[in-house]
Amino acid sequence: MKNGSAYVSMRDITKIFGTVKATDNMNLDVTKGEIHALLGENGAGKSTLMNMLSGIYIPDSGHIFIDNKENRFTSPRDAIKAGVGMIHQHFKLVEVLTALDNILLGYNVGLFVNKRIQKEQINKIMEKFQLDVDLDKYVFDMSVGEKQTLEILKTLYRGARILILDEPTAVLTPQETVKLFKIMRRMKNQDCSVIFISHKMNEVMEIADRVTVLRKGRTIDTLIKENSNPQELTELMVGRPVDLSIKRIDKLTDKVVFKVRNLRADNEEKVEVLKGINFEMYQGEILGVAGIAGSGQKELCEALAGLYPIKEGEISFKGEDLAGKNPKEFITRGISMSFIPEDRLGMGLVANMDMVDNILLKQYHKSKGFLVKRKPAAEKAKEIIQKLDVITPGVHHPIKNLSGGNIQKVLLGRELDSHPELLITAYPVRGLDINTCLKIYDILNEEKKKGVSILYIAEDLDSLLGLCDRIMVISNGEVTGIVDARKATKEQLGLMMLGNKEVDNAD
Amino acid sequence: MITVAFLKAAIIAGTPLLFATLGEIITEKAGNLNLGVEGMMLMGAVIGFQMGYSSNSPLLALIFAALAGGIGAFIYAFLTVSLRANQVVSGLALTIFGTGFAGFVGQKLVGLKMTDEFNDFFRELKIPGLGDIPYFGEILFNHDMFVYLGFITAIILGLYLYKTGRGLNLRAVGENPAAADAASVRITRYKYIHILIGGALCGLGGAYLSLVYVPVWQENITAGRGWIAVALVIFSAWNPYRAIFGAYLFGGLDIIGFRLQGTGIAISQYVFDMVPYVVTIIILVIVSLRKDKRNAPPKSLGEPYFREER
Repeated sequence: MKNGSAYVSMRDITKIFGTVKATDNMNLDVTKGEIHALLGENGAGKSTLMNMLSGIYIPDSGHIFIDNKENRFTSPRDAIKAGVGMIHQHFKLVEVLTALDNILLGYNVGLFVNKRIQKEQINKIMEKFQLDVDLDKYVFDMSVGEKQTLEILKTLYRGARILILDEPTAVLTPQETVKLFKIMRRMKNQDCSVIFISHKMNEVMEIADRVTVLRKGRTIDTLIKENSNPQELTELMVGRPVDLSIKRIDKLTDKVVFKVRNLRADNEEKVEVLKGINFEMYQGEILGVAGIAGSGQKELCEALAGLYPIKEGEISFKGEDLAGKNPKEFITRGISMSFIPEDRLGMGLVANMDMVDNILLKQYHKSKGFLVKRKPAAEKAKEIIQKLDVITPGVHHPIKNLSGGNIQKVLLGRELDSHPELLITAYPVRGLDINTCLKIYDILNEEKKKGVSILYIAEDLDSLLGLCDRIMVISNGEVTGIVDARKATKEQLGLMMLGNKEVDNAD
Repeated sequence: MITVAFLKAAIIAGTPLLFATLGEIITEKAGNLNLGVEGMMLMGAVIGFQMGYSSNSPLLALIFAALAGGIGAFIYAFLTVSLRANQVVSGLALTIFGTGFAGFVGQKLVGLKMTDEFNDFFRELKIPGLGDIPYFGEILFNHDMFVYLGFITAIILGLYLYKTGRGLNLRAVGENPAAADAASVRITRYKYIHILIGGALCGLGGAYLSLVYVPVWQENITAGRGWIAVALVIFSAWNPYRAIFGAYLFGGLDIIGFRLQGTGIAISQYVFDMVPYVVTIIILVIVSLRKDKRNAPPKSLGEPYFREER
């Protein structure tokens, strides 16, 4: 990090959405050649602040200086001109265009595009920053990692000197994250300012030079990473001392309640995605499921909730075979599923409806009479808000306007409210900050104590190892092993995720 | 030569469809579904006719027809882009408005004809050389200037969409306006400009009907051709080149019934009137079965764009 005055300086920035102050007199200084982390919980105002620096939002008050010159951005166009580029959490790429077209988009105003010359220029940038993008590939054929690299290349091609990355690692595999960090360091060495939005403490500690902590729309402090530690940062972020460890409670009984035998299923292209899955679950245990994204997790949890057509196999719950029954019969027997997809809203909740209606979706058939009764559902909604600390203006506020963490709490709250005996939950903490994660782990432990069996599908190995009793690893639609979470190691799980059958050091 | 005459007539009948289809393609490429095609065609038809009749100037007639279509499109653009109103409702309203407008303005025009001098402007022009090729010359290169203008427009539009930077920006606006916005494309400006050009093309399509094809003013002169154009956009998979072929094909279907009656084979024209829609449904089924992302409708079609929405 270089000494000297700030290259980017945001002063007293305030932005109000409706009645909520998303940012309240926020300040931020970033110098050239540094990686500056913005750390904060969901709803702290990180993305809002950065959206103002990149011209998406216009601040209600405050000043933005770049290189000591005041700027007033009214559109992303202005921000790009000033050298600000932002990589959004949801990529801003056009799927049906090639990588090259996406890079040229909005930039080339000449009548005809000379792709050869442009390609040469782009190749030069790729060399300089050692990026690797196939320019003729269509975006819809790209993996998440490739898309992100393309986004970075796109911003660099526009001459960005200030690069904002909004939770870039949320969707990446560990390997892709390592690659991204290398790229970020290279940008830093080229004297760019890199702003890294995150709530993952280990990543911040690994990559950042300085850290600015935000909380509830306010700037709390800016610290030099070397002089700080995760505990201090977490406390600043949350606003009170936090115990970072995940609690695990012992499972109660050895009674098998759920048994899956030789479960097979095909996807739409007639490719077998579940290849003979076998496992059983005890009453009051948390069984973790680990695996590389797309190994069959989604199909498995849908099949277990009766939503995915299975080819053969047995799903027996308390001795009764449920294979081939419809989802409603699964629900009435106390099997409940909550799946948090990448976009959070895709499955489970209706974005435009409020909490009450979303609760009713799963309950209306229980009430008698021709008309739907809203009152009990509204009370349930209030209960969920209280029990899970959901932050919302009210039960009649459309779900889509809540922040991601709160949406997830609503979904989980609704599923728990049906008092399931088997809870299937996929990625319940995806994209959530530490505090909310811990809250959700507590909720799951609470249910476990009541004797609920929980199938917990997750990406984060730390949480799997900390929370679960046993971990089932799947790879390419097959179970590569079920290990004791108390004895297993990350390396062992990693190998099994890649398809190696149970590695000997547990069980 | 029945077939040569028929194919030639099919191209002429397809020309108003081609204009309207191109207009709707460019509108939909900007992410806006404008169901007001029929209305804008009628507005162009009646204003073009009125202007041609009172000024006796074909050029003024064409300019005003395009303007009329453009004004219709402007109402639509203001509603859907600036006010973010529902596109389907706004489009339907425009069709109803245009129909009423043409009926009202055209009241005193019914049965009127243009002068011979005026009609001479739209006479058949044989293209030297090409026009002398046996069969093909007569079918393709022996037409009034409107027909040539139609496929030149289609080719220009194709080049614009697929070869220019602005065309790339336009496609991005229709696919993913948030991405285009972040890439510094001016969304509102792009939408307005292309919706207006689209409306102008629809207006010209209507003018061809009232000035050249019929060419007497009659009530509801478009007779549902605007709706066929909406279907043709899907048929041609939003591709201007394919629209040429599609428009002439549907043009042929438009006239085949009457032609067959002349040969003694009696199939009602009404049967053929249904064919374009049946073909469109079949195309829709095939497209959705194939799931080819490149021939799919623009992804944000029908959705308003608001930058600060979360």
